Amino acid sequence: MGGEVIHALRDVSLKINKGEYVAVMGPSGSGKSTLMNLIGALDVPTSGDLVVNGLNLSGQESDTLADFRNLTVGFVFQQFNLLSRTSALENVKLPLFYARHLGSINAGERARKCLQQVGLSDRMHHDPTQLSGGQQQRVAIARALVNQPSVVLADEPTGALDTKTSVEILDLFQQLNDKGITLIVVTHDPEVAEVSRRNLLFRDGRLVDDVSMARR
Amino acid sequence: MEMFKTISIALVALRLNALRSFLTMLGIIIGIASVIVMVSVSSGSKQEIERAIDRLGSNMLTIRPGTSTTGGRHGGAGSAAPLTEGDITRLKERFGFLEGVSGSLSTSAPVVFGNSNWTTGIIGIHADYIKVRQWVIEEGRNFTDREIRSGAKVALVGQDIIEHLFDGNPSVGERIRIKNVPFTVIGTLQEKGESTFGRSLDDVIFIPISTARMRVSGRSSRGVPDMVGNIYLTVDLNRDIRIAEEELVEFMRELRKLAPGAQDDFSVRNFSEFIRARNETSSTLGLLLAATAAIALVVGGIGIMNIMLVSVTERTREIGLRLAVGARRRDILMQFLVEAVTLCLIGSFFGVVIGVGAGELVQRFSEVPVLLNIPIIFIAIGSAAFVGIFFGFYPARKASLLSPIEALRYE
Repeated sequence: MGGEVIHALRDVSLKINKGEYVAVMGPSGSGKSTLMNLIGALDVPTSGDLVVNGLNLSGQESDTLADFRNLTVGFVFQQFNLLSRTSALENVKLPLFYARHLGSINAGERARKCLQQVGLSDRMHHDPTQLSGGQQQRVAIARALVNQPSVVLADEPTGALDTKTSVEILDLFQQLNDKGITLIVVTHDPEVAEVSRRNLLFRDGRLVDDVSMARR
Repeated sequence: MEMFKTISIALVALRLNALRSFLTMLGIIIGIASVIVMVSVSSGSKQEIERAIDRLGSNMLTIRPGTSTTGGRHGGAGSAAPLTEGDITRLKERFGFLEGVSGSLSTSAPVVFGNSNWTTGIIGIHADYIKVRQWVIEEGRNFTDREIRSGAKVALVGQDIIEHLFDGNPSVGERIRIKNVPFTVIGTLQEKGESTFGRSLDDVIFIPISTARMRVSGRSSRGVPDMVGNIYLTVDLNRDIRIAEEELVEFMRELRKLAPGAQDDFSVRNFSEFIRARNETSSTLGLLLAATAAIALVVGGIGIMNIMLVSVTERTREIGLRLAVGARRRDILMQFLVEAVTLCLIGSFFGVVIGVGAGELVQRFSEVPVLLNIPIIFIAIGSAAFVGIFFGFYPARKASLLSPIEALRYE
């Protein structure tokens, strides 16, 4: 309590290339979620530089960060975080609503395509409560993809799903990565670590291991 | 971000909590409805007052003989020397700005036509009286100065007389008897309706003032053969009536040879001022009621603020998510602000409907005059929007300042 300063992350120097599929691992409190929040511009670093897609996120205006979150990254959460009593289609359209630079695009059309991509063409007008956990997570993934981001950030995406559904979601991730989308997945799940191409291991706020896997 | 979309989001959010939205709106509905009813009633009675003043003539002054004071003892009303034809002549000579001057000598007497009879007010007047008191001759003509001077036995009759004495038949040219003196009806007076005190103004017969003195009132006694009762006069409209009033008082004191410092033994009255003053209390009350209604609106606004705070807390995760997918702080601020304003505007719409309906009912089923003015509806809607912005701002700002991480983590 009091004035004690806690460093969630320190002395981390890291480069992730375009098109990589990275699993971020580590015990609770190791700083892996903080890393993801920083990359996704949900949080700003107290010190140090963080450049994503050419933009240095340190010291940016909140509007710039909002636009960055809108256009450059897509989030997938453990608890899906879908708007309740709102159809799958409307949920997927949400980021487009805040997309200022896109001008007049057909939001409905684009959202439909993304739902097709995650295999939910027949569930577009269902509310989240009418969907299974796996389907809800697919809606969330479609939402993350709708603004065609450079990076998709996923925080324990399979944490709330059973094994079989997890495998489906991981297959979907694989397909996305094959299309060139950079994937950064925070996870406890060894399955995820296995399918990714690079594992980052964090402990007590420090990057302790960085292992690249052979391409399968 | 388009306002249209923001409004549609607000509508969806309000519909998802329809009952709560309605209950929150209720405060605004009641506030707006009562503002409209109160203001309508108060402007209705104000309009009534103005009409009464118009009927009376806003530039009219009355001079009445007052009380005399002898050795510190006040006599009764009218105990002072009466006003006379001489006073009228001198007033006319002295003040060029008088538009019309007339004496008025009233009494009450039975009037007979054929085999019907009716007791009514008989007023002896000068020809100017018609103009000064804003009567209109409906049929026939006014008195001539010659008739006034010579004491001609001619009469002008009010609508009530036509109804009661002539059974609604044409009366011009007919002969009636007032106190057994035969008179010829030479004209009829257009209907005036009721006075502010609820007495019919049309139950009246006018005769030349000299005729009244000689034949009817029988009060040329007390050694004043040319008394005129009260004097009514109208002042040029471009003239400040209050200054005219003071000048009149000054002149009347001279005429009546009152020593400086002695009390006036006459009174000059400005009736429109009198009515205004008499009704000041009622318009103050009206304002007070409107203020109370405005307080109801403020209370409604506090209800809005309360529910918006609850809504922000409930939707913390939603806010976090919106921030995560790219909403700017201003977007969140606008979302909740628009929601509060929408709530108020929908509420004010129902409030206006109910308020107008209630005003309509008051008008139909009570004596209270109601004047619905269109501007007040827009003012009401505008103030509801203001309430929405004012009381919605704090919760909306609170929402917009949430940290995205904490909001997303919120359980």
